[in-house]
Amino acid sequence: MRSNLNFFSDEKFRSIFFQTLVIGLFALGIFFIVQTTGYNLEKRNIATGWRFLSDPAGFDISFSPFIDFKSTDTHLDVYFVGVLNTLLVSFCGCIAATILGFLVGIIRLSSNWLLVRVAYIYVEFTRNVPLLLQIILWYSILIQLPRVKQSLEFADTFFISNRGIYSPRPIFESGFSYIFIAIILALISSFLLRRWAKKRQDETGKQFPVLSSAFGLIIIAPLLLFFIIGSPMSFDYPALKGFNFKGGMVIRPEFIAMFLALTIYTAAFISETVRSGILSVTKGQREASASLGLKKSWIMRLIIIPQALRVIVPPLTSQYLNLTKNSSLGIAVGYADLVHGFGGISLNQTGQAIECMVIVMATYLTISLTISVFMNIYNRSIQFKEK
Amino acid sequence: MNDITETRKPPVATTGILGWLRMNLFSNWVNSLISLFVLYILIQFIPWILNWTIFAADFKYNFNGEEIIDRTMCSRVLDPENGGACWAIIYVRFYQFMYGFYPRDEVWRVNLSYIMLAVAVVPLLFDKFPFRKHFLKFTYVFPVIVFFLLNGGLGLESVSTNKWGGLLVTLVLGCTGIALAFPLGIVLALGRRSNLPVISMMCTLFIEFIRGVPLITLLFFGMVMLPLFLPEGINMDGLARVLVAVTLFQSAYMAEVIRGGLQAIPQGQYEAARSIGLSYWQMNLKVVLPQAIRISIPSIVNTSIGLFKDTTLVIIVGLLDLLGIGRGALADTTWLGLAYEVYFFVSLVFFIFTFAMSRYSLYLEKKLKTGINMGAD
Repeated sequence: MRSNLNFFSDEKFRSIFFQTLVIGLFALGIFFIVQTTGYNLEKRNIATGWRFLSDPAGFDISFSPFIDFKSTDTHLDVYFVGVLNTLLVSFCGCIAATILGFLVGIIRLSSNWLLVRVAYIYVEFTRNVPLLLQIILWYSILIQLPRVKQSLEFADTFFISNRGIYSPRPIFESGFSYIFIAIILALISSFLLRRWAKKRQDETGKQFPVLSSAFGLIIIAPLLLFFIIGSPMSFDYPALKGFNFKGGMVIRPEFIAMFLALTIYTAAFISETVRSGILSVTKGQREASASLGLKKSWIMRLIIIPQALRVIVPPLTSQYLNLTKNSSLGIAVGYADLVHGFGGISLNQTGQAIECMVIVMATYLTISLTISVFMNIYNRSIQFKEK
Repeated sequence: MNDITETRKPPVATTGILGWLRMNLFSNWVNSLISLFVLYILIQFIPWILNWTIFAADFKYNFNGEEIIDRTMCSRVLDPENGGACWAIIYVRFYQFMYGFYPRDEVWRVNLSYIMLAVAVVPLLFDKFPFRKHFLKFTYVFPVIVFFLLNGGLGLESVSTNKWGGLLVTLVLGCTGIALAFPLGIVLALGRRSNLPVISMMCTLFIEFIRGVPLITLLFFGMVMLPLFLPEGINMDGLARVLVAVTLFQSAYMAEVIRGGLQAIPQGQYEAARSIGLSYWQMNLKVVLPQAIRISIPSIVNTSIGLFKDTTLVIIVGLLDLLGIGRGALADTTWLGLAYEVYFFVSLVFFIFTFAMSRYSLYLEKKLKTGINMGAD
């Protein structure tokens, strides 16, 4: 028989023992890795530290819509360009994928047999083919477009070629800030209007046309103001000079390929979550609202969608996260995102692999965490408020 | 009820083909318009795609009956108006697509591995397979056999992994990633639910870190950082380093799926196991995990589909999987410009594998719905 003095049969002692053991082994492992890495770095003459961030990068970035990047700018600027490009394609992709995904999800539940089949084939094909392959495929289609000299023209303002889509760039003149302020004021007041209208409807049952008045406030009023002030905006048109276009705004094929592939791929997944979300609302809800005499469109908007959203939002969040992480595949077609620009070219030039990868990973973690936090807040706001 | 009226036939337009058409395609004018529009597009598109992929396509010979050896002999290069796909690029490079640059004299080893993979996996998937128990014994030793078979050793000539490529690399990465990540995922899932705060915190941090970063950064980690972490003298080849990254990545996702399964097990199962005196490991191995894994298999298959597709990312760090071989073929000047054929073929191969996996996961879900009841209800 074991004696009671055996410490090991004591659960508390055992738990502390194992945890200390794990911490010890972990610390030992880290210590060895740090030692070896230090030795390896020294032997290969690789600098350490963060000083390289302020060194000039020495290369050009073809797509930087927000920051005017020159090759004399630093690696830190490369980082910012990369983050902005990652965020740009993720943001556009999320919005487009949500719209397309909801559309396809609803279509798959429609009564039109042909449309249902077509949507089903779309979903199965895009879900089962690697995203990277789709990105490369879109890119290879886009660079088959005609060369700059033979580019497709639309009303002498839009030009589509294998170097991207050229369009006029708006130039905001001095008075434009008023219109900007007007739009913000309109947004705030329509938000307040919605709250007031809801309160009034709850109390008196009278409805107020919120949507059309908000439309008037946000679109019509600033537009009127725009003409009253005297159109304080002009356009810089692209024009063919030599071998390329000068002026205007350009959307590069790398961006378009990434955007299309991410949208089409993620929308297939979103459509499945939307479909299962709508199916999760029981038939009784639909029948009950129909028996109350609600219109078909009202049943969808007021009864089905709010309940389906509770099921849809959590998986939708992980789709947004996936899309953002998948935007890192831009490296395959040369889209200057975080991984390609900073994690790729800067890393290769400076050789400081550890620092670059740590920064890249930390940035993705931050972005992922931010998306989760916001989506969780939204998720909480639409869940059942149980009393 | 005095007089029994004769049963009348339903109106013609509500039954049969006509009724079906009316119900499903032309129920109202919006639906009719949409149906006609979709029909029009399909009538334009389907003959074109069939013509391009099959009827007007060259497989080995072009329309003059000559054997195709480079792009200039493809019908669609000779006659851009009428020529279809030029599958000769796949035909000529088929060996590379299947085996990469594996020596031709040794290729029987890869073929044998493919056959053994089927023998090892199929009985695992269907629990009514005849003599399943005996086959499963083989499944356990299969990885060891294949390792020596492909890699060399034990009297076989060694074949360096940088000669591997194509489907071989895709399958090695996919299968090894899934097989190694599975036990690791179980350990992480148990660790995350552990009562010991240090262990649960470390597992949680690991899982959330891996899930928060893209796979490509982990592949870079494996490629550029891992060699710096290892002491001198230990050299891992590219495939092994990528496998480390892929396994770590997949294990975090696997852990979350298994954790979902563990959470679905009613508390009573744990308590019952404890009350008959089982230890922590006995309880998990004999009572909880068998049930938890069984209900999480559909999700495990789904994450495995994800991994299988994600193996294409290795081309970014320079490995030649199926897609890598395809891009290599396109970079060859003799085959320039046949991108659609190559991408179509690679997509098709991936589609066959992943579609089969997703069907299997659906089949399991259906089976589980009818077959399991854990006393929770």
